[in-house]
Amino acid sequence: MSFINYSSREINCKIVYYGPGLGGKTTNIQYIYDKTNPEAKGKMISLATETERTLFFDFLPLALGTIRGFKTRFHLYTVPGQVFYDASRKLILKGVDGVVFVADSQLERMDANMESVENLKENLMEQGYDLAKIPYVVQFNKRDLDNVATVEELQKALNPMQVPWFEAVAPGGSGVFETLKAVAKQVLMQLKNGGGN
Amino acid sequence: MAAQNTNLVLYEEDVVRIEEEIARLRQQTNSNLIFLVDRDGQLIASCGDKEDLDTTSLASLTAGNIAATGGMAKLIGEKEFSILFHEGERDNIHISIIAKRVILVIIFDQRSSLGIVRLRVKKSSETLARIFEEVQQKKEKEGQDADGLGSPLEEITDEDIDRLFG
Repeated sequence: MSFINYSSREINCKIVYYGPGLGGKTTNIQYIYDKTNPEAKGKMISLATETERTLFFDFLPLALGTIRGFKTRFHLYTVPGQVFYDASRKLILKGVDGVVFVADSQLERMDANMESVENLKENLMEQGYDLAKIPYVVQFNKRDLDNVATVEELQKALNPMQVPWFEAVAPGGSGVFETLKAVAKQVLMQLKNGGGN
Repeated sequence: MAAQNTNLVLYEEDVVRIEEEIARLRQQTNSNLIFLVDRDGQLIASCGDKEDLDTTSLASLTAGNIAATGGMAKLIGEKEFSILFHEGERDNIHISIIAKRVILVIIFDQRSSLGIVRLRVKKSSETLARIFEEVQQKKEKEGQDADGLGSPLEEITDEDIDRLFG
């Protein structure tokens, strides 16, 4: 749910990074944080376990710049990927404006990817959203590893709707900003058309 | 669809009224900082000593906190916990839900007390609820008008968006 404040001339939007555990959602956000100018970013918050698995969410406020006199801010969230944190995932999806699905390209994570996409659809539906209608992009992460599925296989299994997709190696940043830009663009276009969630 | 048309749009006059009310509440409760957050974590307005505080993060965590306790409430058969209170060594945080949609957060120390905060919050909540009710009505009315006031993004182009990412 976006928030438009005419008084401070600000547009605020919420983007959620979704996907299976250890797929690289936090790494995406961490890379964006590391590469963004200090004046354009707020503090990154990670509510993680001692073993650095996301427990509740990561949060990064990002000021992208000004469009038509309005400061454009994106709030990036990740969800905990582990299956048993479903209650937390549902909460974080509340009021979402756009979703990035971060898939783990490794062959042995294919089932986990597919389960997570299904879980995303169900949890969105519970909140009254339809994945087919909201701004949505898919990222195939970990492309640098040896045992990865082909893009064709990943597309067929995880992206039947043929939404924009990107190959990525999140720790090095490859594909990270491309993914963010694609989802941000869709969110802004949806706002332009008077839509929004 | 349940989630449609819930975008929050505030105009100058709405923000002025909201800020006046929380400034009054701050004075009445003698508190350090008051802020209003949307349930989705967006900071709506704040008033007080916030120089050293990261209000954006506080807003996001407050919404997460309310969401989590809301989840706990459902598990034990409650609709929600409408008031949360965190007691610290020096500062305390009083959190309450207004009109089911907005979260009011008050940070106060020993110069105030929980009793006075609770009392004043109750009164102020009614005023704030009325303001947000009017904001909602205005938005619905606008939705019915052919074009309403329109989105500030109505005329953006692909190039505008590309420029954001420089």
